[in-house]
Amino acid sequence: MFYILCPYCGEHREEEEFHPKGQAHIARPADPENTSDDEWGDYLFFRDNPRGVHHELWVHAVGCRKFFNITRHTVSYEILEVYKMGEQPSITAESLASAEKSQGVQVGDGGQQTVGASDSAAKDSRGTKV
Amino acid sequence: MQRYSGFGLVKHALSHHENWQRQWRNPTPKKEYDVIIVGGGGHGLATAYYLAKEHGITNVAVIEKGWLGGGNTARNTTIVRSNYLWDESAALYEHAMKLWEGLSQDINYNVMFSQRGVLNVGHTLQDMRDIQRRVNANRLNGIDGEVLDAKGVQDLVPIMDCSKNARYPVMGASWQPRAGVARHDAVAWGYARAADALGVDLLQNTEVTGFKIRDGQIHGVHTNRGDIGSKTVGCVTAGNSGVMAKMAGIKMPLESHPLQALVSEPIKPILDTVVMSNHVHGYISQSDKGDLVIGAGIDGYNGYGQRGSYPTVEHTLQAIVEMFPIFSRVRMNRQWGGIVDTCPDACPIISKTKVKGLYFNCGWGTGGFKATPGSGNVFAASLAKGEMHPIAAPFSIDRFNTGALIDEHGAAGVAH
Repeated sequence: MFYILCPYCGEHREEEEFHPKGQAHIARPADPENTSDDEWGDYLFFRDNPRGVHHELWVHAVGCRKFFNITRHTVSYEILEVYKMGEQPSITAESLASAEKSQGVQVGDGGQQTVGASDSAAKDSRGTKV
Repeated sequence: MQRYSGFGLVKHALSHHENWQRQWRNPTPKKEYDVIIVGGGGHGLATAYYLAKEHGITNVAVIEKGWLGGGNTARNTTIVRSNYLWDESAALYEHAMKLWEGLSQDINYNVMFSQRGVLNVGHTLQDMRDIQRRVNANRLNGIDGEVLDAKGVQDLVPIMDCSKNARYPVMGASWQPRAGVARHDAVAWGYARAADALGVDLLQNTEVTGFKIRDGQIHGVHTNRGDIGSKTVGCVTAGNSGVMAKMAGIKMPLESHPLQALVSEPIKPILDTVVMSNHVHGYISQSDKGDLVIGAGIDGYNGYGQRGSYPTVEHTLQAIVEMFPIFSRVRMNRQWGGIVDTCPDACPIISKTKVKGLYFNCGWGTGGFKATPGSGNVFAASLAKGEMHPIAAPFSIDRFNTGALIDEHGAAGVAH
């Protein structure tokens, strides 16, 4: 069960308010009429399916109904980052790997957490809600 | 291989069942095999068995990173049916169904295949139209099927709430009498034992860490127990297929999702068939042990964690209680998740790849168990001949670029 910070509402809400909408940052081909079958099929159907850090599109379906992005780990399910449409992720698989090399693992900016993980983040959220 | 029989059971009873032969060997990997199968689940083991039995290729290794049948083979809800809409998938699943019907004899292992029938319940007018269309298509393809009205459903399943007062009243169902359930673990073990007896090496605790590819041709795999060579490699790794494909530099139209299931405490026999509902979204059967086996839908997000979210399970149990008010106080015993690799058109990928000699059999999504014998059979034929079996050919990965999709979302048991 996720506890997700909507970047537009600025509040943590339960997963049931949201819908996952698949991989984020997929650009529609600029010139669809002149796109080959291979390119069009790749755009429609072929997806990254990483075992690790993944950037996803979500919608706050029964809240503000806005789309936004989540960077999440697909094994631990930890939410690493939430950011608005049009923005780029600050945490990626590459940035995490290099951070891990330079020092101990230190990820996330607090505040977004799955239930069942450490509750320090949940405390943060209570602070931000008021 | 020591054959199993009633006589053998009596004979071994005299020695207190202490002298049974081990079901399979635990061999050390050879340097080179004719064919390597990556993934020791039901589909992989079935592929190895049919390679040895039907094509005489016995120098085969099945490489499994954990233990045999420990992934989705052990996590599904054991339903077997073949009532799919389109000709391509109907051919594939019906091929599997025919093999199921003789499987226990074929591999000398009781897979407890029980043809207790499957009901796909309809709750709306559109459901019923879709059911009629699907059953008609099934019958044209020689697959048994009937359309039942609400009374017909009630006669088959007296404990189901088929009254008009239900929130989503049952209007009818499709009924496939030949469908049913099978003991999932026994399927993996039976295939493993039969394949081993024909000379196949089952390499457990062996993890593939990379593919050896030179000049667009596969030459083997890297594993944690050293390199193993082969010019033909079949990858049958279910939820992990996207990761395996990436190792080989291939992109797949797959997304891996958690799919959850749960079982109740054992109760006395009360449900002698399988009931599935796409509309309220739940499916249920009762195992021979007595527990109710309940399948949920997939969680919408990608995940490899073999666990899903609580609301998904809650939603499923709401549907079950809606259909079966009598189960409202049954306690659940265990709940778990598996990783399913779903395809955009809810059909599998059984295909060659751009790497010569490397084949993939994946994308079974939420419904791979029922196809285990058929999938293994056609995949083995394809590996043996180097040409895709006619039943497997439409499931090529090319269909996502040519547009020749096989849209089975309607007949897939789980909405995704």
